[in-house]
Parts: sequence; C-alpha cells; structure tokens
Amino acid sequence: MTSGNGQPVSLIQCADLWKVYRLGDVEVQALRGLNLTIEQGEFVAIMGSSGSGKSTLMNMLGCLDQPTKGHYWLNGVDVAALRADELAEIRNRQIGFVFQSFNLIPRTSALENAQLPLFYRGLPLREQRTLAAAALERVGLKGREEHYPTQLSGGQQQRVAIARALVTTPSLLLADEPTGNLDTESSREIMTILDRLNKEEGITVILVTHEPDIAAYAAREIVIKDGQVLTDRRTKPGHPSSLVGR
Amino acid sequence: MPAFLLLTLMTAIRILSRNRLRAGLTMLGIVIGVGAVIAMVSIGEGAKAAVQAQVASMGTNVIIVLPGSTTVSGVRGGQGGAVTLNVSDALEMKKRIPLLQDTGWAKRDVMQIVNGNKNWNGSVNGVSPSYLSIRDWSFTSGGPFTQADLDAAVRVALVGQTVVENLFEAGEEPVGSVIRIKNVPFRVIGVLAPKGQSAQGSDQDDIVFIPFSTAERKVFGTQFIGSVGALFATTERQEDLFAAVDQIREFLRARHRLQAEQGDDFTIRTQVDIGKVQEGTSQTLTVMLLSIAAVSLLVGGIGIMNILLVSVTERTREIGVRMAVGAKRRHILMQFLIEAMTLSVVGGTLGIVVGVVGARLTTLIAGWPTIISGNTVVAAFVFSLVVGLFFGLYPANKAARLNPIDALRYE
Repeated sequence: MTSGNGQPVSLIQCADLWKVYRLGDVEVQALRGLNLTIEQGEFVAIMGSSGSGKSTLMNMLGCLDQPTKGHYWLNGVDVAALRADELAEIRNRQIGFVFQSFNLIPRTSALENAQLPLFYRGLPLREQRTLAAAALERVGLKGREEHYPTQLSGGQQQRVAIARALVTTPSLLLADEPTGNLDTESSREIMTILDRLNKEEGITVILVTHEPDIAAYAAREIVIKDGQVLTDRRTKPGHPSSLVGR
Repeated sequence: MPAFLLLTLMTAIRILSRNRLRAGLTMLGIVIGVGAVIAMVSIGEGAKAAVQAQVASMGTNVIIVLPGSTTVSGVRGGQGGAVTLNVSDALEMKKRIPLLQDTGWAKRDVMQIVNGNKNWNGSVNGVSPSYLSIRDWSFTSGGPFTQADLDAAVRVALVGQTVVENLFEAGEEPVGSVIRIKNVPFRVIGVLAPKGQSAQGSDQDDIVFIPFSTAERKVFGTQFIGSVGALFATTERQEDLFAAVDQIREFLRARHRLQAEQGDDFTIRTQVDIGKVQEGTSQTLTVMLLSIAAVSLLVGGIGIMNILLVSVTERTREIGVRMAVGAKRRHILMQFLIEAMTLSVVGGTLGIVVGVVGARLTTLIAGWPTIISGNTVVAAFVFSLVVGLFFGLYPANKAARLNPIDALRYE
C-alpha cells in the first residue's frame, strides 16, 4: 500500500497525538504527544496501568474520538479532520470492535447481532444474513444463529461479538480487554480465534490488556505511561510485512 | 434507504412489543384523544345534518315576511300582532320584483278538528296554493288544492301526519272522508308527507291546510279581509336571496308609505338566517371539541416523549454499540422517530376504532344521529402521525447526539 507520492503507507500512524479533557476545573492530559506506527498485519498488545491513557488511545485508534492536537492517519487518511458521519463510515468499513463486556444488543439473536454493521451499511437483507451466518461459522457458532445473548455462555457471547467485528472484513480489529470477563478456558478460545484471524487472514489486531499471558499472544508489546509510549518491543520474531498486500 | 426504514420499523415493533404494558399505557393518551375526536365529531356532524335537514324542510330559498307589531296605548303587541300585510302585497310583490319566482301567503290559528267521535286541537292554516309548493310539501296520498278551489272558497282540507294519527284509526284512509273544523265540514283531499321537527323544534306535521279564502270567510271570521299571518316568497337561485330581500323591503316600505325616519312595519327572515343561527351553535361546539381533542393529543404526545426519553436512557449503551459499528446520527434519529411514530400511529388507529365504535354505540343507545366522515378519520390519523413525529423529535435527537464513547461507557 502506498500513498500518492509513492511513500509506503502504514495502517496506523500517530504523530504528536494529544488528547486533553476538562473534568470540571481540572484539565486532564490523557495523551501527551504520543507517536506510534503500526503496520498492516501486526498483532499488537497495548499495556499500561489504569489512567495511563491506553483507553483514550484505543478510542482514538477506533475513530470513536478525535485528537485535541496532532495527527492520526488510518490507511493514509487524517482522521482528525473528519466529521462524525465520516468517522461512522470508517468504523463501519475498516474497524471491528471487541469489548470487555461483549456489548451485544440484548434480546436480539446472534445472527442479527452479527448483521448489525451490514445493516448500517445498507446491504440487502439476504446478503446481510448470508455474510453474518458465514462470520458466525468462522468463530465456531454454526447452529447458534437464533440464540439470544442470554442463552449463550460468556465465551460464546464474545465470539458473537468477534463475528460482528469480522462481518465487514475490516483491516483493523480492536479488542479492549476481550478476556476481562471470561474464565481461563474461554479466554484461551477467544485468543486462539484472534491469533488465527491475524495469522491466517492478515487482519491487524490491537489488543488492550493488563494480563501478561494474554499479551503474550501478540508479537509486539507497547506499554503506555502518562499518555506516551514507555516501551515498544517485539516479543516474537517474523515481520508482518510478509502479509501486506495479500 | 427504504430497506433500512422497513427493518427499523420491524425493530421498533419488536422493541415495543417486548414491553407491551408500557407501550399500551403510552399509547392510551393518543387512543383516548383520537377516539374522543372521532366520536364527538361524528355526533356533531350527525346533529348538524339533522339541523340542515330541518332547515331544508322549510323549502328552498324561502323568504318569510312577518307583519310588524301593533302598539296600543304603549303596549306593543309583539311580532305578527299587526295586520300590516295582506294578500295584495303578495300579488303585487310577485308582479314588481322579477327576482321572485313565486309568492304565497298564510294565516294560522289553533282550532278543534273533529272526525266522527275523535277530536284534536291542531294548527289550521289558510294558505294560497303557491304556499304549498314554496314550502315543498309533498303528499303520501291525494294532492293539493288549486287556484280554482281558492277562488271558489271550496271546503277542502289537507292533513298532516300528526293530525291523521289523532283523528283516524290506523289503516283508515283519510282522503275522501269529511272532517269538521269549527263545525264547518271539510272534505280531505290530501295527506301530507311527514317533515318532522322544524328548526325551532315544533312539530311540522301537526297541521291542516285549507284554502285561504275558505279560512277567511268560513272559519277564522277575520276582521280585516285580506290580512295575512305571513307572506312567503322564493327565488330561483340562492345567490339572489339577499338581493330579493332588499327589493322586498324597498317595495313594502314604499307601498306602506313609510317615511325615512320610520322603522319597517314588517320583519323579513330567510332560511339562510335561520340556518346561520344553527350553524353558529354547532361551530362553537366544534371549536370546543377540537380544543379538547388538541389537549388530549398534547397530553398523549407528552406521554410518548416521556417514555422515549426513558427508553433512550435505558438503551444508551446499545446506542453506543450501534454507533461503534457504524450507525450514523440519522440512523439513530430515525430509529427513535420511527418508534415514536409507531406508538402514535398504532394509538391513533386504535383510537379511530374506539371512536367509530363509540359513535355507533351512541346512535344505538341514545338514538342520536352520528355521521363518521372519512375526512375526520384521515385527519385524526395524520394528526396522530404528526404528534408522534413532533414529540419523538426531541428524544430521538437526544439519542442521535450522544457521544459514542460516553454512550459505550454508560452504566
């Protein structure tokens, strides 16, 4: 993937990223000039204590929020300049979210939950159903299409959430403590799925966690502190660029 | 977009049917509001139609001229007390005023009417044959008397339904029989078709018509020959009615040699004036009903707004998830607007059913005439849709303006 002037374009490029909140009279600097580059196909774990700014960074990377200052290029597009509806469009087409608390729509079947992004994309109903069913099958939930979230275990619910994130074939999967509410066995299942999606389908996975054994699935570990990158190290060999342009 | 709207509608219906009691109670305001409007307007329309039928029963484009009052030693005799109008006024009026299609005259008194061993006190009217056509009287059997009967002062009578009921046995044919009015025998030559109540509420069928000349000479014993109780005139077209009234006034003033400073010694009324009084009453009623309806729809709308605000708060996280997976503001806006409109439209439809049933029951139980007009039903439906749209807008906008991060974190 290259930009207009022939320079290779990274999937994610953050330059001097600032986010400043006002909480009453107090000014909170959640991000303080953060710089970060992530290539297509990487599997990255972001770690850090609470209040380090890692959640703010995830919101920013997920186009749920915009920086106060600085630039965030996603696939070469400067997100800081976009309007709310354009951000929604990017979230719909390029990003899949997996949350700690699953965040499925209650009293709505697994299939319909997985369909949701396609519904907002405006695809015909038949196509929505076909794609959503295929996504559920990819996370091993074939036959559970009509189950409601309450009829599924935590691990299964999280798999529905992954199917919902996958259904749009995004280039980026953001998982915010995806195993935080799960037991060890379910956690392992979820991480295996994320790992497989990264290795076999080349989807870039960014994972926020504070559990080292979960972070160990990733090939790169970034520690955030006080709104800046503290350490950034490769924990597994191999370069993801072999998957670029696949 | 249409597919989106359809699916959103289906989602809205599903969400609302999950909480049937809540949705039902929310709709109740609209149901009652629309139901009340439909029922009340139906009753109002029914009453209006009944009044219009009464006014129409007077005849078409009728002008009535009544004599003025007498003043004897300062005591005024009241309307119609004087004998300022007579037959020649009517005949001259017809000759001089081309707008008038026909003129007629009448004089009435309440008298005892006898048939065999039965008697009845009813309104006996001496009239010109033209009067019958002006007032649109028709016959169930027999027919009217003629100018020749009038000229010869023949003793013939036409009887109304109420008189027939009181003087004749059921099934007995009145035409051909002889009745006595003030001991003078009259041959019945026609039975009048019923007209029911007049616009003033009197029984128009309690009536006997006899030729004016016969009444004058043989029954009433009139002091001033030719004086009448009322003059009647009719125009061909309704537009000419008021011009005709002005011309009649001018003509009668000249004929009665009234000076400019003197008031009229007669009163002119038209069918339109009488209709207007009734219309005014029903208009006041309609305005009142519509204000009540507006208030109840307002209350219903506020109910919808309230429950939607609760719903937005309850589903804040869901809204956040929808935004995260790519819902735009207009998608969220539409979702809640459609929910609001579903509530109000279903409520409105139920209200229409309630209103129609209510109107039918009113007719059935109280016997009041009701008319359910399609316009009212359509207006009620559209209005409930608008109420949903209007009161849904604020909560829907509130939902659409949520920040996705805050919405996702909402506990």
